[in-house]
Amino acid sequence: MGEILHGIFINPFIEIAGAPDLFVQVLWEGFVSGTLYALIALGFVLIFKASGVFNFAQGIMVVFGALSLVGLFAAGVPAWLALILCIGIMFGLAWGVERVVLRNLVNQEPIILFMATIGLNYFLIGFGEFIFGGEPKTMITSEIGLPTGSFDFEVLGGLVSLQQIDVSAAVIAGLLVAGLAVFFNKTRIGRALRAVADDHQAAMSVGITLQQIWVIVWFAAGIVALTTGIMWGARSDVSFALSIVALKALPVLILGGFTSVPGAIVGGLIIGISEKLAEFYWGPLVGGSIESWFPYFLALIFLWFRPQGLFGERIIERV
Amino acid sequence: MLYRETGQFKTSYSADQAVFPIRQDLVGIWLILAFMFLVVPFTFNDFWLNSIMIPTLIFALAAIGLNILTGYAGQLSLGTGGFMGCGAYACLKLTTFFPDLNIIIVILMSGFFAAAVGFIFGLPSLRIKGFYLAVATLASQFFLEWAFGRIAWLYNYADSGAIEVPTRRIFDIAITGPHASSMTRYLVVLSIVVVLTWVASNLVRGRFGRSWMAVRDMDIAAELIGIRLLSTKLTAFSISSYYCGVAGAMMVFLWLGAAEVESFDINHSFLVLFMVIIGGLGSLLGAFLGAAFIWNLPILLRSAFGQTIDAASVEHISFMVVGALIIFFLIVEPHGFARMWQIAKEKLRLWPFPY
Repeated sequence: MGEILHGIFINPFIEIAGAPDLFVQVLWEGFVSGTLYALIALGFVLIFKASGVFNFAQGIMVVFGALSLVGLFAAGVPAWLALILCIGIMFGLAWGVERVVLRNLVNQEPIILFMATIGLNYFLIGFGEFIFGGEPKTMITSEIGLPTGSFDFEVLGGLVSLQQIDVSAAVIAGLLVAGLAVFFNKTRIGRALRAVADDHQAAMSVGITLQQIWVIVWFAAGIVALTTGIMWGARSDVSFALSIVALKALPVLILGGFTSVPGAIVGGLIIGISEKLAEFYWGPLVGGSIESWFPYFLALIFLWFRPQGLFGERIIERV
Repeated sequence: MLYRETGQFKTSYSADQAVFPIRQDLVGIWLILAFMFLVVPFTFNDFWLNSIMIPTLIFALAAIGLNILTGYAGQLSLGTGGFMGCGAYACLKLTTFFPDLNIIIVILMSGFFAAAVGFIFGLPSLRIKGFYLAVATLASQFFLEWAFGRIAWLYNYADSGAIEVPTRRIFDIAITGPHASSMTRYLVVLSIVVVLTWVASNLVRGRFGRSWMAVRDMDIAAELIGIRLLSTKLTAFSISSYYCGVAGAMMVFLWLGAAEVESFDINHSFLVLFMVIIGGLGSLLGAFLGAAFIWNLPILLRSAFGQTIDAASVEHISFMVVGALIIFFLIVEPHGFARMWQIAKEKLRLWPFPY
């Protein structure tokens, strides 16, 4: 028993002190996957805030975006045109979802809308595989102007290597969030979006068209998904396995709260970093691969103390 | 005309509280049971029994389990696959320790282990609700999947890392394992499902069911009228997991014959959730209809398209069709097949002379 406790609470710190470069490397790995989780969670939050829909299909939208980019390029479309076409596809998807699904399910219970997005999830999996094929594909990283290669740093007597693609992922994620923040706070449509997020009926009463807002917000989530897909695809392959990994965005949402953009970012980083650290230092104690469930447990423990998440609004219950 | 209840008076409390108060329903259910027990096993071939009847019944039981939790008690769960796995692995361990014990009893007992696990993972529901709880149940799903794959003791240190079902006999008839005929397995599955469904139908009408529904409709109000949230939510989790566990044990022992971790993955959780939603939340009939629909739709599609295009495309098309149909059904009738049946019954009562 003492040995186990020692392994959990003391050994990791000895290892950290012994090999600080390794620690920094793990931290960086965690930061990068945290950025990607945060981006997926951001897509969730955008849609949840504006329409109250828990969009289960966000993960598959990531895969779908990346897949159509790769698929279009493979079909002979130049990379820049493929990128523009993909944005168009994402708009088409947003419009289609609003027209076919959301418009017909206005005023239904949240669980029904949630189920509809699971249906959408299945539809997109089938559709994507049917058109582009189910096998994993390589992201066209250099063709769309993303750097490859790595920076190597001397840190505390060891070597830490940062992939350039990861660095650019972090930068692009930052730009995207900043862009969205400006869009939300400074533009007319952004104000309308915030109004809808606050109160549907009040927003409608001042003349905001809900349907239009939904298309815009799903489109924004689609753009976020496309970006995430490109970044993630560049790190590993573009395949439907991504959609299971994307479920990791859910503990991020719990940590950050369903309605908070900064919460999604901070939560994503916490989850990403802690899961990699746990995997690296605690994983070997129990046979590894604890990455698959550790984030959920972390979120669960967190939830026990703060049911509304990190930045979520306080839940007030009335009878 | 056929479905008229005129002249059926309820003259005693027991008549008033019957599961099927209308005579036509009662006759109908007995006819269906007679058909299932007496006609199906002797006339259907192995393909029908193995690929359609047995899995439909097993998934229906799992759907009843999830329906108790989600439909009656209102706690959204995405961990069904994990709880089914608990039942399956518990069944394997029990029958390894007690090889002479009647396998049907072992299957029914293995549900209790799933119930214990469900109890533990139900604890967070006291603090968190709705989608937050759904994510919390994902924790159980992924943790259990991980445990099934990592703890070799659970699958008896088999090299394949899979459950290999041993042969168990009752009165010299093989019930499980490679020698069991599909007819015996079908009859065992059917009997267990019928008995457990009967138990469930009485549970949801009784004290348990009423307090579950009160908590589902509004938990604070339920608390105010004196329902203990703690025990209500935890019994819902335990009983639901019991049903899922028994379904999981049956899935491996009476249907698949061998199972790996993948048999209990998150996709199975979604599959059962689809069945519950499409069938109708809060309806036992819905669990059966939903299971029959969701399980058999891809088979139907495969046999419809099978000859013209390759297998992979059929798979993709069936994904698309299932997804689209789910959305379609949610739009047309968000309360599922059970509500459709109810509406049809209302129409039948008046037909052919509507007011």
